[in-house]
Amino acid sequence: MHELALCQALIAQVETLAREHQARGVAGVRLLVGPLSGAEPALLQSAFPLAAAGTVLDGAVLVIDSAPVLVACASCGAESQTTPNRLVCGACGDWHTRVVSGDELTLASVELVLEPGRVTDGATREAGIHV
Amino acid sequence: MCSTCGCSTVPDARKVAYRPALEETRAVPVLKKLLDRNDTVAAHNRAHFDAHGVLALDLMSAPGAGKTALLEATIDALRGELRMAVIEGDLETDNDARRIRAKGVPAVQITTGGACHLDAHMVHEALHELSLEGVDILFIENVGNLVCPAGFDLGQHRDVALLSVTEGDDKPAKYPVLFRAADVVVLSKSDLLWYVGDFEPSRAERCVRELANAAPVMTLSARSGAGMQAWLDWLRSALSVQRARTASHPSGIERPGASAPAAQPPA
Repeated sequence: MHELALCQALIAQVETLAREHQARGVAGVRLLVGPLSGAEPALLQSAFPLAAAGTVLDGAVLVIDSAPVLVACASCGAESQTTPNRLVCGACGDWHTRVVSGDELTLASVELVLEPGRVTDGATREAGIHV
Repeated sequence: MCSTCGCSTVPDARKVAYRPALEETRAVPVLKKLLDRNDTVAAHNRAHFDAHGVLALDLMSAPGAGKTALLEATIDALRGELRMAVIEGDLETDNDARRIRAKGVPAVQITTGGACHLDAHMVHEALHELSLEGVDILFIENVGNLVCPAGFDLGQHRDVALLSVTEGDDKPAKYPVLFRAADVVVLSKSDLLWYVGDFEPSRAERCVRELANAAPVMTLSARSGAGMQAWLDWLRSALSVQRARTASHPSGIERPGASAPAAQPPA
């Protein structure tokens, strides 16, 4: 249960970003969390509001995308989708594989709330993350 | 009724009332690792180890798998050959650090309070209390836990995963994130194999291979000394790799092996 620690790391990172862009708030955060990352999306969702309380992320929407576990085989070259505890090649069964997707723990993007008037190119829209 | 601020027009009125009608938002792509800050401190720790020519190992296992007992037996076996130091991580007590110090080896205890893992910042703090002068191997004994320690780089060069025979031989399949990253898997308490009866070291090894991990899997007993030789040889070999690395790249901070897969283009 280290998801609270992960959320605290996330918030520190987004706070820095918000400062750099002189944002007045954060509407949403999008993460990419693979099944092999060791982080559980449902636990991240429940820890996030606790960690965000009182910060610039208070009230922000957390969106978590996942990625399939994909391995590339060093023997036959095939790429196959598999489960986190069976990283063998789906084509030939060899365990000499390399994970090409599924171990991500990445901050993908942040939706910042800017001062009214800072965006003047007609891109203004209602606050909120668009999923 | 208030007709100007909109506070009575929707059920969740206060949100509307205290927010401008139109806010301008901008999506900023980041694509950074979530633990970027931890990883920066971990790289700093690793540079510190490299500058002293120290091999740093992260010992991870469930509570009670015998990490401290393995360290005690290792200290006894390598006394006079290699100099060691230990950072101990536990939720409470300095029992383990006292056990190590009783063997004449410097040890710093990190008590994490409630935290279920060590992170790079905690190790960095501990390093302020530990001189690495003349040290060959630094063991970082993580908090007993098969889940969370795997998520945090501490700056170590190699990961050691212990699995005691009383835990069951399918643990690598149940905790794939930790065992997938291990550079060596130690099946500990082999003196209890006979009593346990149904722990098959070959089954544990097969679970490790199914995680696409080629790490050596060694069965040993710190208590009886059986199988310790393979572990000590692995330590000597890992140390000579680290010495060769720091001799040629004294300021290198990359974790050996960690950058190799990432450097390959996706298939």
